[in-house]
Amino acid sequence: MLALPPAPAPAARRQLFVGTALVGAAGTTLIGGMLALWLRFRDDARAKPDGRWLPDGISMPGVVANIMLISFITIIVFAQWAVYSARRGDKQHTAMALGLTGLIGLAIVNAQAAVYTQMELPIRGDNDLNGYGVMFYAITGTFMLFLIIGIIFSLVTAFRHLGGRVAEREIVTAHAIYWYFVSAAFCMLWFVVYVTK
Amino acid sequence: MTTIDPTIDTATHADPHGSASHASTGSTAVATIGSWITTSDHKRLGRMLIGGGLIALLGIALVGALLGFERADSAALFDSGAIAQLFAINRVGLAYFVVLPIVLGLSVAVVPLQLGARSLAFPRLAAAGFWAWFAGMALVIVSIAANGGPSGGASRYVALFISSYGVMLAGLTAIAICLATTVLTTRAPGMNMRRIPLFSWSVLVSALGLVLVLPVAIGTVIYLYVSYRYNRTPFGGNAGLLGSGPGTTANWLGFSLTQPTTFLYALPAIGFFAEMLAVTSRKRLPKRGILMAGVALVGVAILGGVTQTQQTLPWTGSKLYLGDLFGDKLENLVSYAFFVGLPVLGAVIVLLLAPLAFVGTKPKLNVAFLFAFFGFSMVLVGMLGNLLAGVEELRLLGTVFEEGAFVYVCYGAVLSVMGGVVHWGPKLWGRKIDDKKVALFALLGVTATVLASLPYYIAGFADQPADSVGFDYSGPQNLWNILVGVGHGLMVLTVLGFVGLAMQSFRKGELAGDDPWDGQTLEWATSSPPPANNFSTMHTVASAEPLIDLKPAPSTSEENS
Repeated sequence: MLALPPAPAPAARRQLFVGTALVGAAGTTLIGGMLALWLRFRDDARAKPDGRWLPDGISMPGVVANIMLISFITIIVFAQWAVYSARRGDKQHTAMALGLTGLIGLAIVNAQAAVYTQMELPIRGDNDLNGYGVMFYAITGTFMLFLIIGIIFSLVTAFRHLGGRVAEREIVTAHAIYWYFVSAAFCMLWFVVYVTK
Repeated sequence: MTTIDPTIDTATHADPHGSASHASTGSTAVATIGSWITTSDHKRLGRMLIGGGLIALLGIALVGALLGFERADSAALFDSGAIAQLFAINRVGLAYFVVLPIVLGLSVAVVPLQLGARSLAFPRLAAAGFWAWFAGMALVIVSIAANGGPSGGASRYVALFISSYGVMLAGLTAIAICLATTVLTTRAPGMNMRRIPLFSWSVLVSALGLVLVLPVAIGTVIYLYVSYRYNRTPFGGNAGLLGSGPGTTANWLGFSLTQPTTFLYALPAIGFFAEMLAVTSRKRLPKRGILMAGVALVGVAILGGVTQTQQTLPWTGSKLYLGDLFGDKLENLVSYAFFVGLPVLGAVIVLLLAPLAFVGTKPKLNVAFLFAFFGFSMVLVGMLGNLLAGVEELRLLGTVFEEGAFVYVCYGAVLSVMGGVVHWGPKLWGRKIDDKKVALFALLGVTATVLASLPYYIAGFADQPADSVGFDYSGPQNLWNILVGVGHGLMVLTVLGFVGLAMQSFRKGELAGDDPWDGQTLEWATSSPPPANNFSTMHTVASAEPLIDLKPAPSTSEENS
């Protein structure tokens, strides 16, 4: 057998960081693709004689949506705070930042539930001729899935950190990357679904 | 000197010999099966994907054969509802039951070895991806059998079809994420991106493309599922899934089963051909950077996938002169050339550079190269066909011409993976396949591919419609369809024969040795089969052909022999 010269110990591989970034890229095209179909259906609906996309009697709770957007800005600040603290070996602040990230995530889930409650949008309304209800619940539901995965990610990261794996900073960075992706996805969603409707 | 580290803990890793090891320790067959089911060893996962895909190919090729004979004289082998479902499963199955799994399977088995890595990145995610794909595929088949799927009448099973389709795609996406992360993060020291083996490079491009494109299809599946459950009007119910059924224009998932997206599925076949050029010529490949660029150019097909459209060339208007730079025709042409032409150009670049590999050397041809050449040629003919099919003026859209191009690309990829098994099988199993016997299957396979595809290129020009058994045109329409049926039937025989020979050879065949092909890349620097963690020592790489750096230059007498 051929023997190549032995190499030094492998460098840090940042697998989790790269993997999370790829998941973020995949999630971005998923949400982006769904938004593209949303825009197509919306344009088709508006081109019809009645020109309506949002069904009659349905109003968008803009305030709640804006609060969700602000919450996402807060989340990425907290996630980055966790990275900053982890780099300095500050266990307490890292745990606090991770906990707050998860908590705000839960608050956003609550806000999304409030949107559903306030809109009272039937998934199959009699006056919903263009499939608005179906598309609204499909896209926001998919986004909620990413949100819940993010909360679980925050909890896992916090538990690992509190469990003594303080040296494993890569997971904290990957956690922040994931929340950057979720926040970016919500920005797109907010603009298309909640602002331009 | 051996590079096998006897201190490696094999209890937590798969043993390449599997049952033999368990027998020696007194374990039962159940334990062996259990170890395969719970494995996260990339070599086992790869073999499971290839095995599952080839078994699925038997069924899908059989369906293709039956549809060919059904079209030949409308003998009513099936009722009209079943025909729409069979067309759907034939297309979906060829892409997602067969081509993607076996291509990803070969990649999962080989790429970590090529990179000098000890394992795949996120091996448990890859295992979860395999089982998600497998379960999704099984449920898709169950739903079709129970009258679900496109144009199916059992709404519960239509819903099952849609959700299983999504699960299957999610599993394949997970495997693609693992592969891309592996290439990006687990390369041996010194192996920068320019020194990556060409097969691994093509896998990286393909995997990144899949990571970006498959989620778009998953998003569409989510819409389709919710719509089907609650309000079928907007997406056309189950008839809109793949554009099946009379008078259906909606085709929400069609973009993922046609050009240019399908080019991504077969991209590693191009990388494998480039890899075999190096092995066969036994020298450093000239213009290697351009070869890599050619392979990467095929990745432009990603754009076609993420835009969810089948690209066509309308060729409208009358202006085609530079005075009006963006006259209608030129505008159409630029767009089409960008989305579809550039990927085809990438494959053509690889083809044009191939002869340079053999200048000034005496090639050592082997059967794996034969498979690689046939596979690449078939994929290229399919890509060129796709390029032609999109030209609206030729009126080939909606005809069987597209189906012929699709089969060319898919069966070409299958031939390449068979070549991959012949080439890397000795590394995975420790034994070689009989060269002369397996060469017959290369010839049979390429014959099957041509017969299953070429007649539809001809029938497409005669306007034979796709996804239909009722048509009439002047010319030998029965002949073309029977030939296609025979072609698919030959593919069944090819797969059966190949799998049988491979199983026999890998159990009782000639021992391969560690470097049976005089290879250039890192996988040939470890034992055959490799130990649990692939390499007991990390290797330092100083060029794209690390093993050539170590081997003495062949003498003139050796060259001539």
